[in-house]
Amino acid sequence: MERVVLSMQDPDQGVRTRSQRLFITVIPHTAAGGDVVAWLIRKYGISDEEALHLGTLLVQHGYLYSLREPRSLLLRPDDTPYRFQTPYFWTSTVWPAAELDYAIYLTKKNIRKQGALVGHEKEHYDQLHRKISHTWDLVVMQAREQLRAAKQRRKGDRLVIACQEQTYWLVNRPPPGVPSVLEQGPKRSSCAAGRVQLTKSTEFYKQEMERCRKALTRARVKSSVCLEAYLKFSGQRGPHDPMMSGCLPSNPWVSDEDAYWTINAPSVAVPTKLRVERWAFSFQELLEDPVGRAHFMDFLGTEFSAENLSFWEACEELRHGGQAQVHATVDAIYQQFLAPGAARWVNIDSRTMERTLEGLRQPHRYVLDEAQLHIYMLMKKDSYPRFLKSAAYRDLLAEAVVPPEAKRRVFPFMRKPLHASPSPALLPASPSGEPVAATSGPECGDGGT
Amino acid sequence: GSNHEQMLKRGYWSLKSDSFITKGKMPVLLVHQVAERVEALGQFVMKTRRTLKGHGNKVLCMDWCKDKRRIVSSSQDGKVIVWDSFTTNKEHAVTMPCTWVMACAYAPSGCAIACGGLDNKCSVYPLTFDKNENMAAKKKSVAMHTNYLSACSFTNSDMQILTASGDGTCALWDVESGQLLQSFHGHGADVLCLDLAPSETGNTFVSGGCDKKAMVWDMRSGQCVQAFETHESDINSVRYYPSGDAFASGSDDATCRLYDLRADREVAVYSKDSIIFGASSVDFSLSGRLLFAGYNDYTINVWDVLKGSRVSILFGHENRVSTLRVSPDGTAFCSGSWDHTLRVWA
Repeated sequence: MERVVLSMQDPDQGVRTRSQRLFITVIPHTAAGGDVVAWLIRKYGISDEEALHLGTLLVQHGYLYSLREPRSLLLRPDDTPYRFQTPYFWTSTVWPAAELDYAIYLTKKNIRKQGALVGHEKEHYDQLHRKISHTWDLVVMQAREQLRAAKQRRKGDRLVIACQEQTYWLVNRPPPGVPSVLEQGPKRSSCAAGRVQLTKSTEFYKQEMERCRKALTRARVKSSVCLEAYLKFSGQRGPHDPMMSGCLPSNPWVSDEDAYWTINAPSVAVPTKLRVERWAFSFQELLEDPVGRAHFMDFLGTEFSAENLSFWEACEELRHGGQAQVHATVDAIYQQFLAPGAARWVNIDSRTMERTLEGLRQPHRYVLDEAQLHIYMLMKKDSYPRFLKSAAYRDLLAEAVVPPEAKRRVFPFMRKPLHASPSPALLPASPSGEPVAATSGPECGDGGT
Repeated sequence: GSNHEQMLKRGYWSLKSDSFITKGKMPVLLVHQVAERVEALGQFVMKTRRTLKGHGNKVLCMDWCKDKRRIVSSSQDGKVIVWDSFTTNKEHAVTMPCTWVMACAYAPSGCAIACGGLDNKCSVYPLTFDKNENMAAKKKSVAMHTNYLSACSFTNSDMQILTASGDGTCALWDVESGQLLQSFHGHGADVLCLDLAPSETGNTFVSGGCDKKAMVWDMRSGQCVQAFETHESDINSVRYYPSGDAFASGSDDATCRLYDLRADREVAVYSKDSIIFGASSVDFSLSGRLLFAGYNDYTINVWDVLKGSRVSILFGHENRVSTLRVSPDGTAFCSGSWDHTLRVWA
């Protein structure tokens, strides 16, 4: 922000300033609110709305103040005169604001004009009076001294200083109901207490060196290849991205109709065309879709290799299952898929099988990773391409639905009741951990808890 | 002794400078250069379609349920609320015993939520519709850190949770037993965010922290496999590009950046002179063409990921945007703000 306001005050390139007549005094170096906005538009090539928004933030943070109504931190895009806050009062210069200074400020206000303190200021004043009552004499003395010194200055300067101070305190002690722009949230990177110390020990250096070594010898893919991949990926997925290409019959959030979700429920009898097309994008895409996976399983059945997918699913359950179930799950998988003569024996190469069996002596959740990867690649390189070329897939594409675009509501402003849907927490969980299809439930009234 | 340490330090700095030089030697190619021939995006209109009011204080975090309409949100006053954001009905609410609940996540099954913050813990609450049951009664304390919890995420199932903390570490936990399965050390300061990779083998995740580093971790070994250090301030948010080959980050330095994992470098910077406040939260649209970023100046900027230009700026929130997520089917995104509300945009 400081960079911006400094830029604004540049004598050549900054905002146009002039001397402003205010009551009976003349204040130099004022800028009209409208000029500030215009300068922002020109300098950053942004819209009216954005420029006003940015300018308003500068005022709210106390970098600009209005001369006519210093109480309000607003930017008026007209001829209302503003001035730039003196760096002395920038929040970066002096933060947090000192209590003593606030006490002096409030005391000055009180002395200058009895009853000038508004609601929350009066409360703060009383609070501070109680809190630092032992040095209150100092506060009053300082306040009187500052007022006396101020009287010696020109009326114009007095006005400016008063505005500067007022703005500073408006930002640092906002009235109740106005959120403080200075609030930061929980402190970050605070003291070492509570932090796991790893820095600068030999362990840290060893780890970092290992990482650097690996990084130096890592095979990097050429940038152009990587970047082209984005064009291909985003280009391919564009028609499937509701924000880029819309969705049929309509986007539920826009039309208030949830038909789109019903048609695309996780387990639906007839998937949409776009959905079936996505199964051809990648093997991962096919497996992640319950309907796609089910059809792929059927296809594998016709090739007598369904146990591969079942094995892969079982391994996923092991990897993502509870710690307490690890041993039992590994056992079950071994019995069903890996043991000699197993009911659904999977064909893994001998080397991998040997290593897997060795690892099974001390089972842990990653013990089947190698075998799982082997089977995954087998399906991906072999069965998957065949599936995409199969009659089964072709039929699925042909039978897939393309929902017609929903007719726009004739009376768009009429409130339609929004369909509720049963929460996944109410339905029995499916074995894959996916929420069971949220079919359109009973209609409910609008809003309300 | 100290002689050994000296040698180690020298070795470390020499390796570091070698990597620096090697990276410097490679020609710098950025996404927008390759994307010159791509058609520019047209006019972009997105509006607030739902406003969720109910939090009495700053909204800090939110997450979508896999059913594409429910969300969980958490706030400064300790309230965690589950909404059907389509109808705007509140379905569950629980008050945490701590303030600043900075992290919350929806379980993949839709049957539980996780949350935590200044209590240094991550707790899991099963969602129940039983009127006689107090949600807080079934609460399970899963993760324990030595500083605030900044982010949490379930992995592929309800049974494991990944956490990030102000204590500088990330950790993987077994939900049922609360057992620590793996911890991840390497950040030199508070870790503020994390995201799981959508890869087929599903074994890595990325984290961002106050040390300005984004680090990619192997979940199995606990090792950091890649690190990126080009931001000039805290990294508040990280999110994978949908293909899993890259990730975006949002930082207090007012920029968002794209890092490619295979090329092992930064390949795009999303910034504008007029954007001078930090980016708190980022997420991609389904195809990865758009990057939505929420900022501390109350706005949301929409970036064309390929061309590097800003497509749109969205006004509406009246205070910082603290959290932003695109819905699971990409039909909308939800933003949460310090103005106590959440908005769904489409």
